[in-house]
Amino acid sequence: MIVADADALAALVPDGAFIALPPDNSVPSGALARALVRAGRRGLRLLGVPVSGFVTDLLIGAGCVASVQSSGVSLGEAGFAPRFTAALAAGRITMTDATCPAIHTMLQAAEKGVPFMPLRGILGSDILAHRPDWKVIDNPFAESGDPIVLLPALQPDIAAFHGVMADREGNVFIGRRRELATIAHAAKRTLVTVERIVEGNLLEDERLAPGTVSATYIEAVAVAERGAQPIALLDEYGTDGAHIAEYAKLARSDEGFRTYLERHVLHEGRTARGVAA
Amino acid sequence: MIGAEERMAVALARLIRDPAAPPARHIAVGAASPIPAAACWLVRKSGVEVRLSLLHKRSGNPFTEGTRELFDLTGQGRIDLFFLGGGQIDGQANINLVGTGAWPGQGVRFPGSFGSAFMYMMTPRTILFREEHSARVLVPRVDIVSAPGVSEPGVFRRGTAQALVTGRCVFHFDPARARFTLASVHPGETAATIRAATGFDYDEPEAVAETADPSAEELALLRGPVCDEMLETYPDFCHRVWGRGKEQAA
Repeated sequence: MIVADADALAALVPDGAFIALPPDNSVPSGALARALVRAGRRGLRLLGVPVSGFVTDLLIGAGCVASVQSSGVSLGEAGFAPRFTAALAAGRITMTDATCPAIHTMLQAAEKGVPFMPLRGILGSDILAHRPDWKVIDNPFAESGDPIVLLPALQPDIAAFHGVMADREGNVFIGRRRELATIAHAAKRTLVTVERIVEGNLLEDERLAPGTVSATYIEAVAVAERGAQPIALLDEYGTDGAHIAEYAKLARSDEGFRTYLERHVLHEGRTARGVAA
Repeated sequence: MIGAEERMAVALARLIRDPAAPPARHIAVGAASPIPAAACWLVRKSGVEVRLSLLHKRSGNPFTEGTRELFDLTGQGRIDLFFLGGGQIDGQANINLVGTGAWPGQGVRFPGSFGSAFMYMMTPRTILFREEHSARVLVPRVDIVSAPGVSEPGVFRRGTAQALVTGRCVFHFDPARARFTLASVHPGETAATIRAATGFDYDEPEAVAETADPSAEELALLRGPVCDEMLETYPDFCHRVWGRGKEQAA
């Protein structure tokens, strides 16, 4: 299904949804995040796959988020994620810490439809001590003792990301960012913004098919030009470092964050156009 | 004039090439790690055959199965060397990337553990790196363990920290004793200044060596071909350290 714009996509996200988001290096949808802020969503539970960045901080600052599960939340080279840090300190959100391969593994279990998968490492980390949902068993295939962690399958309600292009069948090209395919496979529903709609079928092109997420997994697509921004999109455009720096500076305070929303979020899209669509 | 970053990159490169350590055929470098990345490029540009996988390289990123591929490779033992840092690092080489105070960082919250709880145990060799060398970072005992420095017998683990490089010195790590030894101090530091700036206890030889200066060849490689490789991923770093990159970005 192709919908009118990111705001129409945001209308498909209920309050309280458990949403898987890629981090800043693997193409979250900035356009959908801004539309969720405009729509006033509340109680969202965010999953960083496997870490979280700008989009998560923005949604937290706008009051859309109840909880975050992630292996790290930061603005990368622009430093700590200011709204995440403030919300956690004020007790407005809860944080469930993980470690990157554990998040991938839990999603892969969901992808396969199995209840759990094992993962090496983690033993002796305090993360394990704070994850009652992660279990340690003795490897049943080992001759002597071999403790190993079991991780439950994790099925997000929604996977959300930005792709380069979609065809009219709803197939979406994401290039080598195959973690986006994993979250689309694992989630109940997948919502995607793209730069453009192309003619033809991406799956019939041998060169594009391996970088394409099949429409089987995708519920709705909306065109949002430069929809990843200020984040980079593959070889299409780079990170808007000045924008991230402006955000990092403004988001240090509640007042500054409101200024940021006024400048860059609240008046973009359908609201600003007076629902012309 | 030798920059502090150049000195640390060369100290890291020498540890990478240490013939006594397990071989480094494939090195992965995480996000936002320009000095370790420079060290790896320096090793490669000095003629050592090594495969480098730089996680945040935008063009030519080595992973085509998404970010999980790094962890799958590491799980199999195909990554020989990785770098980790820490908001806190203690004398047993435990690292804390979660935060200070009670769980989950009720004092100062750091970004999070990233892949450390897995990578530290599954990689044959880890080099710990942290520019800031102070009693606030190098603590007697981390408040929260993101990843343990050593593991109990019977826990599957391929390796531990080889060394810890800071802005002031190089420590070597002995996993059998779970203890650091001061290996060399950077120019301007002494055994006494390191002791004063370090919160954890460690061993120290009677005569402490000074970290050897980068050679002319190493500096030429860093400032030329290494910088060339790093411009795309680390433009700010290249500009700050070598005065290059910004004019091309503008």
